Amino acid sequence: MKQKFDIIQSTCIPLPLENVDTDQIIPARFLKATTRDERFFGDNLFRDWRYDKQGEPKQDFVFNQPDFCEAPHKGIHEILVAGKNFGSGSSREHAAWAIAGYGFRVVISSFFADIHKNNELNNFVLPVVVSEDFLAELFASIKADPQTEVRVDVPNQTVTNLATGRTEQFDINGYKKYCLMNALDDIDFLLENQDKIEAYESAR
Amino acid sequence: MNDNSMEKVITPSPWGGQGRGLTLFEKIWDAHVVQNVTDGPTQLYIDRLYCHEVTSPQAFEGMRSRGLKCLRPGQIFCMPDHNTPTHDQDKPIEDPVSKTQVDTLAKNAEDFGLTHFGMMDKRNGIIHVVGPERGLSLPGMTIVCGDSHTSTHGAVGAVAFGIGTSEVEMVMASQCILQQKPKSMRINIEGTLQWGVTAKDIALYLMSKLTTSGATGYFVEYAGSAVKGLSMEGRLTLCNLSIEMGARGGFIAPDEVTFAYLKGREYAPKGDDWDKAVEGWRNLKSDDDAVFDKELTFQAEDIEPMVTYGTNPGMGMGITQSIPTLDTVDEAGKASFLKSLDYMGFKPGEQLLGKKIDYVFLGACTNGRIEDFRMFAQLVKGHKKADNVTAWLVPGSWMVDSQIREEGIDKVLEAAGFEIRQPGCSACLAMNDDKIPAGKLSVSTSNRNFEGRQGPGARTILASPLVAAAAAVTGVVTDPRSLMLNF
Repeated sequence: MKQKFDIIQSTCIPLPLENVDTDQIIPARFLKATTRDERFFGDNLFRDWRYDKQGEPKQDFVFNQPDFCEAPHKGIHEILVAGKNFGSGSSREHAAWAIAGYGFRVVISSFFADIHKNNELNNFVLPVVVSEDFLAELFASIKADPQTEVRVDVPNQTVTNLATGRTEQFDINGYKKYCLMNALDDIDFLLENQDKIEAYESAR
Repeated sequence: MNDNSMEKVITPSPWGGQGRGLTLFEKIWDAHVVQNVTDGPTQLYIDRLYCHEVTSPQAFEGMRSRGLKCLRPGQIFCMPDHNTPTHDQDKPIEDPVSKTQVDTLAKNAEDFGLTHFGMMDKRNGIIHVVGPERGLSLPGMTIVCGDSHTSTHGAVGAVAFGIGTSEVEMVMASQCILQQKPKSMRINIEGTLQWGVTAKDIALYLMSKLTTSGATGYFVEYAGSAVKGLSMEGRLTLCNLSIEMGARGGFIAPDEVTFAYLKGREYAPKGDDWDKAVEGWRNLKSDDDAVFDKELTFQAEDIEPMVTYGTNPGMGMGITQSIPTLDTVDEAGKASFLKSLDYMGFKPGEQLLGKKIDYVFLGACTNGRIEDFRMFAQLVKGHKKADNVTAWLVPGSWMVDSQIREEGIDKVLEAAGFEIRQPGCSACLAMNDDKIPAGKLSVSTSNRNFEGRQGPGARTILASPLVAAAAAVTGVVTDPRSLMLNF
C-alpha cells in the first residue's frame, strides 16, 4: 500500500534465522490468487512455520509467543528483524505483499536477496541493511527485553537500537527515498518519461 | 565451508568503464540504458517480457486500474506453466483455483493484445524452456519475467533476470524497468569434466562453495574451457541456477554452439537477417582487458556428481562426501543448519549414499530438456525402476516431448518401467497435483530444496538427471558412475 515514510519508532519481532527464503515467507499454494489482497497474504505469512497441518498455531514460532503475538499497529511490532540473506529464492512479490499485509513497515537484516529487496521497496516496506554486529546486538536486546524499540529515521537514513543507543546509517538512493517519503511509485515516474523511451527506440 | 582460495577481489570498477575494456554484461546493459536517473537507478529498456499465470495477474490488474495499455505488446509473450497438470491437459483443469489462474492469463493476453501459448498449444511448456527453443531469447537482448529462473535465458548470451510483479507492470506500461546496475563477476571453470559429471553438478558445486548469497548483487559471466564445452542444454541448466547463489543473472558469451542451436528456430532471424545478426553477435564478448568486480576460477576435475543434504541449494556436497559436522558451521548459522537437518531427518557427519528414497522427479526449467531425458534414458537402459520409487518424468515443453518420441527415448524409458507425463513446472514447486507427500524423500532435478517446496513436508535432494536415474533404478541414493556401463 502506498504510504508516506518519515520516522518509524516501534517494537520488533525477531526471526534470528539465516537464509529465510520466499517459499517460507509465503508457500507456493497461496500464489494462486489473481488479486492483490494483502490481508489474505498477510494471514498466510510464514504459514507452515506459524500453523500446523490442522491450522493450529505452533507455539514454538515467534508470532505465536505471548511477547510477540500482538498484531502490528502504530509503534507495536511494525519492524521485523531477520537473519542474513532474507528473502532468497523465488521472485514472488506475494512475499512482500504478505509482509506488508501482516502489518510490517520495516524489515531489518544484515543482508537481503536482491529481488525481494526491490519487491519490498515497491510495496512500501523499507528494507534496512545493518551491520552483522548491529544485528547481533539487536537480537540480544530483544531477547533481554521484548519491548525493545527501534527508531528508523528515513529522512536522515539512520536506524537506532533504543535499548543500547547504537545508531547506524543505512543506504537508500535519493530517488527511492523521495518516492518513499512522497508515496510515489516507479510507474508514475516511467509514465512521465515516455518521450525518452520513444527517443531511445528510434535511435536504436 | 566456503573455500574460495582462487578468489581474486578487484577494486570496484569506475562507472562506464572509461580507460579500460568492457565486460559483456556492461556492453549489453549500456546498450539498453534509456537514462540514468540522478542519484537513482537506471531506466533500462527491455526487449522481451515473458509472463506466466502466477506472477502476472496483479500486474494486469494494476494496468487496468490505471487505465493503461501495454506500450509494446509485440515484445510480450505469455504462457501458463506453473499450474498446468501433467496429465489430461486436453480436459479442463480439475482444481478450480488453478483453472481460474490459467484462464485469467488467457483473458489478459487477449485483452491486452499479447501472444499467448495456451495449454495444449504445441508451443506451450515451461517459459524458460520455450523462450530459447522458439528462438524468442536471442544474444544481446534484455529479457525479464516475474520468475527468478529467468536467468536461464542468459545461456544464449542475453542479460536476463527475474523481477517482481510491480516490475512486470512497469515493463508492460513502459517497456522499461528501473534497476540499480549490478556488479560484474566472472566464474571460470577450466579443464574437462569427469565422466558422469554434468552442468547441474557444476552449478551445485558452485553454490556449495559460494553459498546461496555469495553472488548477490552481481551478474555472473560463466567462462572457461569446461563451460565452452557444454552443449546449449547444459548452458541453460548452468545459467538457470545463477539465482540459487544469489546472482540476479548469469550468462555465457554466444559462440558457434549458440548460433547452431538458434539457427532456424521459429522466432530467430531468417536468411540475410540471420547472417547479419550472427555477424553482430560475434562481437558479444568481454574485452580482453575488461575488469570484473570479482573473478573466481575452479577446476572441472574437482567436481564430482553432487547432492544436497539441507534445505537450501547451497547445502550441497559430492555424492561420496559426508554432511558437515556442527563444529564447521559458524555461530550465527548453527540454528539454521540444525533446523535444516532436522527437517531433512539427516544427522551431521553422515553420508547420503545408500539412503532409501521414495520419489524421483526429472524435469523443471533446470533439467527438463532433451539432453536431460537422453542422459536419464541412457542410465536406466537395461535396468528396471525400483519398486519403492514413484517416478515423475516431465518434459519441459511439448517440443521436448516430441523430440523424446522422435528419438525413441520414450521406448527405452517405458521398457525400464517409466512413463512420460505432460509438460509443465510440476513437482518443482507443486502448484499442480504433483506434490511429494509429507515426509517422503525425493531425488529431484529441480532447483530448490526449500522446506515444503515439493509439497508440504516433502524432503528434497537436488541432483543431476544421472543421479536421479541411478536413484530411480536402485531405490537408494547411488553414485551414477557405479552404474554407467552403458556409456
